[in-house]
Amino acid sequence: MHPAYSVIFFTTASGAGYGLLFWLSLAHLLGLLPGDGWTGFTTIAVALVLITMGLLSSTLHLGRPERAIRAFSQWRSSWLSREGVAAVATYVPSGLLALFWLTGTESIWTPVLALLSAAGAVVTVYCTGMIYASLRTIRQWNLPLVPLIYLVLSAASGALLFALFMALFGYGSVWIGVVALLATLAAGGLKIAYFAEIDGNPGRYTAAMALGLGKDGIRQLDPPHTRPNFVMREMGYSVARKHAQKLRRLALLCLCALPVLFTVAALLTPLSTTFYLLAVLSAALGLVTERWLFFAEAEHVSMLYYGAARA
Amino acid sequence: MTSLPNSTERKLGLVIDLDICVGCHACVTSCKEWNTGGYSAPLSDHDPYGADPSGAWLNRVHSFEVTDGDWSRTVHFPRSCLHCEEPACVTVCPTGASYKRVEDGIVLVNPDTCIGCKLCSWACPYGAREYDYDHGVMKKCTLCVDRIYNETIPEEDRIPACVRACPTGARAFGDLGDPDSDVSQSVEERGGFNLLEEFGYKPVNKYLPPRKPVEPLPQAAEEAPANTGSRLEKLFAWADRALSR
Repeated sequence: MHPAYSVIFFTTASGAGYGLLFWLSLAHLLGLLPGDGWTGFTTIAVALVLITMGLLSSTLHLGRPERAIRAFSQWRSSWLSREGVAAVATYVPSGLLALFWLTGTESIWTPVLALLSAAGAVVTVYCTGMIYASLRTIRQWNLPLVPLIYLVLSAASGALLFALFMALFGYGSVWIGVVALLATLAAGGLKIAYFAEIDGNPGRYTAAMALGLGKDGIRQLDPPHTRPNFVMREMGYSVARKHAQKLRRLALLCLCALPVLFTVAALLTPLSTTFYLLAVLSAALGLVTERWLFFAEAEHVSMLYYGAARA
Repeated sequence: MTSLPNSTERKLGLVIDLDICVGCHACVTSCKEWNTGGYSAPLSDHDPYGADPSGAWLNRVHSFEVTDGDWSRTVHFPRSCLHCEEPACVTVCPTGASYKRVEDGIVLVNPDTCIGCKLCSWACPYGAREYDYDHGVMKKCTLCVDRIYNETIPEEDRIPACVRACPTGARAFGDLGDPDSDVSQSVEERGGFNLLEEFGYKPVNKYLPPRKPVEPLPQAAEEAPANTGSRLEKLFAWADRALSR
């Protein structure tokens, strides 16, 4: 599948934003959020900016972005529509929470808003994962692991950001570092399990099933067109596949191994802000690589008509 | 609404006879000609006369060599939207632009509400939807919905353009929900089949398999003819020995 830059940026940036919103809301809900309203406001503002930049970026791959409002209408059947509805709905409690913190108003409502924000973040990221996981045409995506990976990667990147901001404000604490450590380790473990799962599955569908003919051999004689069409460019993308093994190692290194080392260093040394910053930067590179691979390694059933033997 | 109808009153579709399709691409060009000038905006092409031509087409013809046991032959294979009974391209649509009609089962895209997110093309296992980069919306076979009910054109033209253009009669149009229709009868007689039946989207369009030869294919003789001892044979035998030295 063709990796659209706008979609890679959207899913990674918004994912990190929702992860940050989740941990921040959870910390407030449990009474563990240190500092005054400004700490909360600045952090939630960063989360909302990341989310908004991602959502705006996602409209860039649309042919008709001016009609994007219509995408909220089909939540009964479409995960993409559900994602849009959940994303917009999450703005309500998180925006109000930001407003309470900005004005410094103490309210009994902030824990409720925090709970709704955390739930909204989880639901939105789950919907993003389900957009891919619901597509039976792509065996590398049509897996229960996929929404889980979206959730855990979002949680890991959000936790690293949360740890960085708490350290910046001088409220670094052990529990935040441990949460980031565990989430990052879980992200790495899930990706290793994912790579093993897609490597072990050669695909259920064959070219003979696609044609209904040729169970003992199918050879392309004349293609239907002399140059690649939309279907081949969008669904038959394979540029990065030859580097897949190297990119997988790079993704695991930057997404999991390095952030874990940096987080341990942040917990054990006084330079926690520096190390959390390094962890965040490394995880960002790892996430982008992981998301690129998620697309580039995905094989579409329609390629059975264009020379693929299995999909 | 992108939720699917429970059932449709008719199941209009195509039956494509792989036995007699000669791969002439008349259906492809006729489809393009009609649909670039009719329903919706033109089907845009990019660099059509240059080194890297591409464009939105709703019908494509592949040519394969297929082998089945010791039988093999060339099969020309037209591929377009199959107007599935349970199409995921419709249910994934976030805007409701993709829909399946209750009255005849035709799957359409509303070009005025499509946002061009391309998710429907990802959901289609048949690669039947093609994005129009100029129009910014998804394009697909409409089963010539603007011909089949069009009372302003002669009655014989009220069939899809691809069917009208086919010079060998390899394409037929009709109601596959009616067991007595000509198309349903031909599917019954010839063992018509679904593409990717295992996928479960229940295509309405059917394909008729190539006929297999009744008698074994003629084989070139492997053994030399028996020696009859004629002078001519002796001459050839001498020439063979002389040339072999």
